[in-house]
Amino acid sequence: MVRIAVDLNRCQGYAQCAFLAPEIFTLHGEEALLYAPEADEAQRAKLAQAAAACPVQAILVDAVDVPAEAVSDAR
Amino acid sequence: MLGDGSLERLKREGRIVVVGASLAGLRAAETLRAEGFEGSLTMIGDEPHEPYDRPPLSKQVLLGRAAADRTALPRLRSVDATWRLGVPATGLDMAAGRVRLADGDEVPYDRLLIATGVRARAWPREAEAELDGVFVLRTRDDSAALARRLEEGPKRVLVIGAGFTGSEIASACRERGLAVTVAERGAAPLVGALGGVVGAVAAEMQREHGVDLRCGVMVTALEGDASGRVRAAHLSDGSTVETDIVIVSLGAIRNTEWLAGSGLGAGPRGIACDAGCRAFDIRGIVTDDIYAAGDVARSPHPLFGYQFLSLEHWGNAASQARIAAHNMISESTDRIPHMEVPAFWSSQFGVNIKSVGVPSLGTEVLISQGALRDHRFIGVYGYQGRVIGAVAFDQARWLPFYQELIETTAAFPPPFPTVDRRSDGQRPVDADFPDPSVPTHGPTVTLGGYSPADRRMTFTPAH
Ligand SMILES: Cc1cc2nc3c(=O)[nH]c(=O)nc-3n(C[C@H](O)[C@H](O)[C@H](O)COP(=O)(O)OP(=O)(O)OC[C@H]3O[C@@H](n4cnc5c(N)ncnc54)[C@H](O)[C@@H]3O)c2cc1C
Ligand code: SF4
Repeated sequence: MVRIAVDLNRCQGYAQCAFLAPEIFTLHGEEALLYAPEADEAQRAKLAQAAAACPVQAILVDAVDVPAEAVSDAR
Repeated sequence: MLGDGSLERLKREGRIVVVGASLAGLRAAETLRAEGFEGSLTMIGDEPHEPYDRPPLSKQVLLGRAAADRTALPRLRSVDATWRLGVPATGLDMAAGRVRLADGDEVPYDRLLIATGVRARAWPREAEAELDGVFVLRTRDDSAALARRLEEGPKRVLVIGAGFTGSEIASACRERGLAVTVAERGAAPLVGALGGVVGAVAAEMQREHGVDLRCGVMVTALEGDASGRVRAAHLSDGSTVETDIVIVSLGAIRNTEWLAGSGLGAGPRGIACDAGCRAFDIRGIVTDDIYAAGDVARSPHPLFGYQFLSLEHWGNAASQARIAAHNMISESTDRIPHMEVPAFWSSQFGVNIKSVGVPSLGTEVLISQGALRDHRFIGVYGYQGRVIGAVAFDQARWLPFYQELIETTAAFPPPFPTVDRRSDGQRPVDADFPDPSVPTHGPTVTLGGYSPADRRMTFTPAH
């Protein structure tokens, strides 16, 4: 799984991402961006393309594999 | 830290504790590691989940386009931390440098970051709040439970409070074809954040999308049936709304109770800190080892006369956390102030709403581009002859321009060439904010006065 967040303060709604990865990014109304907060591993390459194409670098994706450390309440 | 190597030691083998494992906590942890902190890092969070993103909880999740448990925040780098999740911090011993946990453990720190955020204000009548079908929306669990209920196709949904969250919920419900009533004490939705002129547009949007919007009313009581499920709400105008779901959207309460008696300058308005995110103690003296960031922090902003601002905005949490983290492990001369221009977004009823600056500080508003009736415009807010904020409805591309006007403290009203000829007015009008002494459901920006040690505040429940 790849996790996604979009900094919508930065996003300018030009929709390059929606063009490159329509399964993940869609416009809702005229210019509000809706995105899937999680995508399949198979979409990682497409997602990276979309993130790179974003003119304002608003797309944040996992830069490291979801670490094992992330989910434990162990010491 | 006078070149005695103590900062180097801190970076190499110090202990940093972060309380609050959400957006601000995670971004701070990533920054600490990115800037070379090699010591031990402990993340303490009362929710059992790893850090997740909240904005989708009232949008994608309620629309049925994403699952609430699939909103974890992307990891921008590895943080190599010890995670203590599902355990709240219950106390702070500033003298000993320890955080107490609910399970009895104590965690020592050399530097502490407090990022405990806010929680949803619950319905004030406890027995009614516990009725089956009464919700608030702040956490992933709240959102999952609500989404499940919406899936069942309720006959009607009642949203109490038309701030941003309440309005987004109403929008998602309408998009799913559900009957929705919204009860708002103020004169219009979003009026606390954007004023009555723009609030009137928000009201129009709701009504055009079939929301049964009732303004100027309060919900006085919720009524359950014999099995303890909510069945109706009674309103101050004498009417009754039959409903199977009630979502209480009355704003937020800062999570500072655990700091009571610690000596830190923390109270219902949040944790006072300086522009470098260092927390004040109750005497108004800045600490050097305790920092605050995100929704729980309030800090003096140079663009707004150094008044203490607390912002419940995603962008603020992320950037303030980065600055706090940087400052925690820097010499005093290398520290940076948090003075980003506030910004937030919301989307509802298909309209992209974005804002920069602090509209709610404005007294006048000028529609500089577009037109209110098209629900597509820019409103510029003025305060004492300068531009202090702007809001865009489906006009987001222009906001950077207005941000610059705010940053440069440009004169208000802005000169004519920047104003669209076809737009409404071209003349500033009263922005029509509600009386600030009357708390609304949730101004997402709170002005906290000037004194860091000021903990006095009286709260009058909005409903
Ligand atoms: C439904 C919803 C929609 C939103 N939409 C938008 C939007 O569209 N645009 C926008 O700009 N902002 C939006 N926001 C606001 C944004 O999500 C917040 O500004 C952001 O989450 C703040 O991050 P934070 O880390 O400061 O605090 P929080 O996210 O509140 O995190 C604080 C964490 O600390 C934990 N905690 C509290 N007390 C303790 C304790 N004693 N011990 C241990 N842990 C503790 C809490 O449980 C929580 O996990 C939205 C918020 C919500 C709830
Ligand atoms: S490419 Fe970037 S700016 Fe354009 S819509 Fe996507 S996220 Fe927004």
